[in-house]
Amino acid sequence: MIWQLDILILTIVVICAVAAISVKDLLSSAILLSVYSFLMCILWAELGAVDVAFTEAAVGAGISTAFFIGAIYQTTRRTKD
Amino acid sequence: MIKDFDNIIIKTVCRILTPFLQIFAFYVIAHGHYSPGGGFQGGCILGASFILLVIAHDINTVKKRMSEKLNTFLCSIGVMIYAGIGLLCLMLGANYLDYGILHTILPVDAVKARAMGTLGIEIGVGLTVMSVMVSIFLNIASGGKHEEGAPE
Amino acid sequence: MKVFALMAVIITGAALIYSTFGMPDWGDADSPANTHVSPRYIEKSIEETATPNIVTSVLADYRGYDTLGETTVIFTAGIVCMLLLRNKKDD
Repeated sequence: MIWQLDILILTIVVICAVAAISVKDLLSSAILLSVYSFLMCILWAELGAVDVAFTEAAVGAGISTAFFIGAIYQTTRRTKD
Repeated sequence: MIKDFDNIIIKTVCRILTPFLQIFAFYVIAHGHYSPGGGFQGGCILGASFILLVIAHDINTVKKRMSEKLNTFLCSIGVMIYAGIGLLCLMLGANYLDYGILHTILPVDAVKARAMGTLGIEIGVGLTVMSVMVSIFLNIASGGKHEEGAPE
Repeated sequence: MKVFALMAVIITGAALIYSTFGMPDWGDADSPANTHVSPRYIEKSIEETATPNIVTSVLADYRGYDTLGETTVIFTAGIVCMLLLRNKKDD
């Protein structure tokens, strides 16, 4: 556990989370959530929980992004508010 | 949603990449005893390979290989393998999901039989997760319309 | 209205961060999670289940019921997605 790497990853995680809810384009929001999941995967792997990191990479960064993009294609790409 | 657009680079790369993805998924499922991984992760990677085929080719290309009937069948079979191994242990005289008793029908000792039972249920979990992921993506991407050759 | 939402988020976040100070340190050998069941699994897993990966042996062998429920949840989610999203008109 390297605390400098921890601080760096956690900062980018917070930035990604805030950007994902404040951006107007839904497609970039889905991609930002994918980046968030991938950074969380790095964080799990760094803490030593390799199985959780593998699940996070497969489900959070892989499959759920594909589901989000498939759902966005059925609706409009920009948010109304 | 996803139409057949002719881009030879994407199609060729996906056709080369898909078998390696599937072999890696089987490796993750079968090697879950010795390295990180297991049925859930391997099933997700196996489903992702079919989603890659949907993105690269048409949605009907995948529907020819993984029809809705086959998906429903596979995801029921996965849960049935899991519960069936548990019931098999119950019928052989042990507790539910107590794999040690499987050494009476497998040519291994009791400790190895537990590893074999673990492998069996990982395969069941992998089948269920793979078919559920593919069917959810096909339903979302096609908007629930399943007729042949529909544009949207 | 936005001020109240921001206040609620800040207060909840501060409470959560304050509660993390009561948690044991990372890798603390004396924490409750590391003193009761974990040594039993670490010592006995390889000779009871012949599985070097302890996570797999706990998930699939010692806690088999849990994984069975998890698989049933995924199966139910897939069936419900099929029922809700499918267009009923064709075939």
